[in-house]
Amino acid sequence: MDIPYTTTARPDTGLWNAKIGIWLFLASEVMLFGGLFSAYIFLRLDALPGNWPHGLLNVPVGTMNTAILIASSVTVVLAWAALKMRQFTRYKIYMGITILCGIIFLFVKLYFEWPDKFHHFGAFIRPDRLEKYEQYLGNHHLLEKGLEPRLEITGHLHNHEALEDANIKEYEIQLDPVYAAPTDPASDRPHFWPLARSEKIAHIAKEDVERAGMFIPKHSTFFATYFTITGLHGLHVLGGVIVFTYFWLPIGANLYKRNPEHLANRVEVAGLFWHFVDLVWIFVFPLFYLL
Amino acid sequence: MNESHPPVVSEAEAHDAHDHDHDVSKHVNKYLLVGATLLVFTGLTVFLSYLDFGSHKANLVIGMIVATIKAGLVAAIFMHLSAERKLIYRILLFTAIFVTGLFWLTYLAWYNPITR
Repeated sequence: MDIPYTTTARPDTGLWNAKIGIWLFLASEVMLFGGLFSAYIFLRLDALPGNWPHGLLNVPVGTMNTAILIASSVTVVLAWAALKMRQFTRYKIYMGITILCGIIFLFVKLYFEWPDKFHHFGAFIRPDRLEKYEQYLGNHHLLEKGLEPRLEITGHLHNHEALEDANIKEYEIQLDPVYAAPTDPASDRPHFWPLARSEKIAHIAKEDVERAGMFIPKHSTFFATYFTITGLHGLHVLGGVIVFTYFWLPIGANLYKRNPEHLANRVEVAGLFWHFVDLVWIFVFPLFYLL
Repeated sequence: MNESHPPVVSEAEAHDAHDHDHDVSKHVNKYLLVGATLLVFTGLTVFLSYLDFGSHKANLVIGMIVATIKAGLVAAIFMHLSAERKLIYRILLFTAIFVTGLFWLTYLAWYNPITR
């Protein structure tokens, strides 16, 4: 028996099945990401001055990934349009590009952005010891300018064993440029192009440190929300890539021979999902990378 | 796989598909234009975030306005919401109500009217 209304519209709603199905699903997705975004807003509004970091993520890479996702949203809608116009070869090309864009996005995230964070170290200084590290933090300068204080010193951890070994009494950090020149006005705001790590090494006594660690979810509420939201978003990208690949390979694409309109509709609803994933990223990118 | 047009299922559908042909080819340029606009707006978002609008809050608001315009373009054009059936709008109306409720709860938790 054939399932009704896969290509023709139901007379009462004017819609075919999958169109309603995907929108109901996207409605639930709005609530899922809405919950995470409200957690983000809540944590950020309640963060004490200096506890919400800026400029820790790589903006050029994030911008590039945003552009890749937007490009893939265009190609998927072109792939659908090609099917509607019964141009199968064009469909294969546009869908192929879409899949490639999704894979590049994930590759950049998993092999560049995240590992880069996992190798980055930060130590939050105890409030009563901040003065001792003024040469790296430059808080007098920031206070004068009315800017938020710096509570953390970040960079590359030289003595990695210090994380585990209680006998090692200090962290040896090759400083990020901000902490090498904290009173330089150029350090007041984040830069578009990440500056090279300075040669300067700071020794920070463990007893002066409130908490320290690599940039992983437990490092701070910023990274906890960053990894949760970009992680879930990344899973959505992966899901989209898998579905698109099914429609691209003969196993799914052969539907074109039997009922091209049905394949076009499938691509349309998968495309709606993909645009939604793009839409979520449109908010994720400025909220985490820029502002 | 070949490029030849496979048989269409029914007469009515053939007619329908033909109509769409015409429709869709007209829209392709629009999709490209929207894509280009989104890329420009992405650049704009990045650029604006490095300008000083007086306070960080002002930068946040401006960034979110640009993001909302971008999201609106994606929803209206790529997701065809500019011309959809009533039932879809009805589903989205409920979504909007529920998500507003959710953010209202967030606001209440932050504003804390009980012990304030």
